[in-house]
Amino acid sequence: MNPTAAAQLNSLLAALILLTAFALVVQRRMNALLHIFAWQGFLLAVSTAIVGFVGGAHHLYISSFLTLGIKVILLPYILHLLIHKLKIRKEVDSVINVPTTMMIGIILVIYSYHLTAPIRELSTLVTRSTIAVALATFMLGFLMMITRKHAVAQIIGFLAMENGLLFAATSATYGMPLVVELGVALDLLIAAFIFGMFFFHISTTFDSLDVDQMARLKEED
Amino acid sequence: MTIPSSLIETTQVALLLAAAPLFTGWVKMVKCWMQGRTAPSLLQPFRDLAKLFSKDVVLAENASWIFRFTPYLVFGVSVLAGAIIPVLSTDLLLSATADVIVLVSLFAIARFFTALAGMDIGTAFGGMGSSREMTIASLAEPGMLMAVFAVSLVGKSTSLSQMTAVISQGGHAMLRPSMVFALLAFILIALAETGRIPVDNPATHLELTMIHEAMILEYSGRHLALIEWAGMMKLYLFTVLGIAAFFPWGISLNNDLPAIAGALVFLFLKLGFVGMALVLIETGLAKMRIFRITEFLGSAFLFATLGMMSFFMLE
Repeated sequence: MNPTAAAQLNSLLAALILLTAFALVVQRRMNALLHIFAWQGFLLAVSTAIVGFVGGAHHLYISSFLTLGIKVILLPYILHLLIHKLKIRKEVDSVINVPTTMMIGIILVIYSYHLTAPIRELSTLVTRSTIAVALATFMLGFLMMITRKHAVAQIIGFLAMENGLLFAATSATYGMPLVVELGVALDLLIAAFIFGMFFFHISTTFDSLDVDQMARLKEED
Repeated sequence: MTIPSSLIETTQVALLLAAAPLFTGWVKMVKCWMQGRTAPSLLQPFRDLAKLFSKDVVLAENASWIFRFTPYLVFGVSVLAGAIIPVLSTDLLLSATADVIVLVSLFAIARFFTALAGMDIGTAFGGMGSSREMTIASLAEPGMLMAVFAVSLVGKSTSLSQMTAVISQGGHAMLRPSMVFALLAFILIALAETGRIPVDNPATHLELTMIHEAMILEYSGRHLALIEWAGMMKLYLFTVLGIAAFFPWGISLNNDLPAIAGALVFLFLKLGFVGMALVLIETGLAKMRIFRITEFLGSAFLFATLGMMSFFMLE
């Protein structure tokens, strides 16, 4: 595989990652959200492996395997068990309606493209064009955390943000040092367990995972 | 041996008139096979058209000239559109006169007059159909234009013949993210514009759900025949437009006889595949609630815009 073909393949993967990020923002069903999140992780793992191959940065293979193991298999599995146990089936409602969210998403993509222009000018890597997509993925995860009311959907938004960060690191600098990536992976795992415990507490206290319910926690005046 | 481009133009229009009902018949046939029913003959649409042409026109007393004029306009516009899109060869007489933006507006003219004709008689169904059709159109058209722009960026021109030539010489164009997004957007919009299943059901006459059929409910005889024929042509035109923009391999770039013959074979193969894909979509999906269409076409607009942006961002 020559570098230009690999760069093109990587661009296509970046486009697909952006697509999954949008799909996460607009998807209502919880099960579908988990599937899309797993797909995003998978695309990210493939992209990381390709960048590792092209850039000769072999520690990226390990990072790719970590992504595959944690974000494609383990975390979706844990979340799946969780929503199965808590019997979450109903559609997730969001603060803003879907077409408006899409428009905001498009604006965010344009903004990230504008914001990353200086980095793109300075960088000499073949993957420099995907930095904008990485930032956009990060921002779309952020948008998802803001617009969703459901705790599990917000967590998926948080994990999608992390995906965006990893993608940005890979495309901007051929990845962070391995120690950092291992640390992040460990953090994610711990976070998933803590989220799980929180979910149980929230759902036993309020009988729902809608975070709007938490407004009831404030004192009466 | 080189064929003059005027002859190719004539062949293409003749092909449009003949192949559109055949394509509709093919889609119906595959659908029947998929659903385990006995399929009608491939020529059934022709028989339907012949039956309608032989019947008298029944006009409402208060029908104005718009109502009588619309079928001819819709039919004429479809034929003109068929003369612009490169189906067999990119060297067409009319290709220089109209680009892809004109093509979109040609479809818009036809839709505008159909909507007027729907309201002309003053029945409740006609007005309801027109209102729904225009709602869908106002959502589909921006997406359609964006998808077209994304392809024009790759094809370096808005002229359809130029775009087709550039894309077919470009090699692995399908790996380009902008083309992938534009194709997704185009499929969603084509389904909405031609009134296929997730948006509208072409076979229904149920009051609550029909959109396109409600507008043309008052037509009869040769008027109805022309409108139905134009409807079949629209499906065919969107298919060949998609082929010309996204899968142009096989369309001849010069007017050699063997190349044109090859283009014809490729065209029928591609039409066969598109028909089967359409049937898969139509049998796999249920018709959407009308208020979900905003999301459906909103995502088409999103794909098209992402396609345009990824041209700048990733290529």
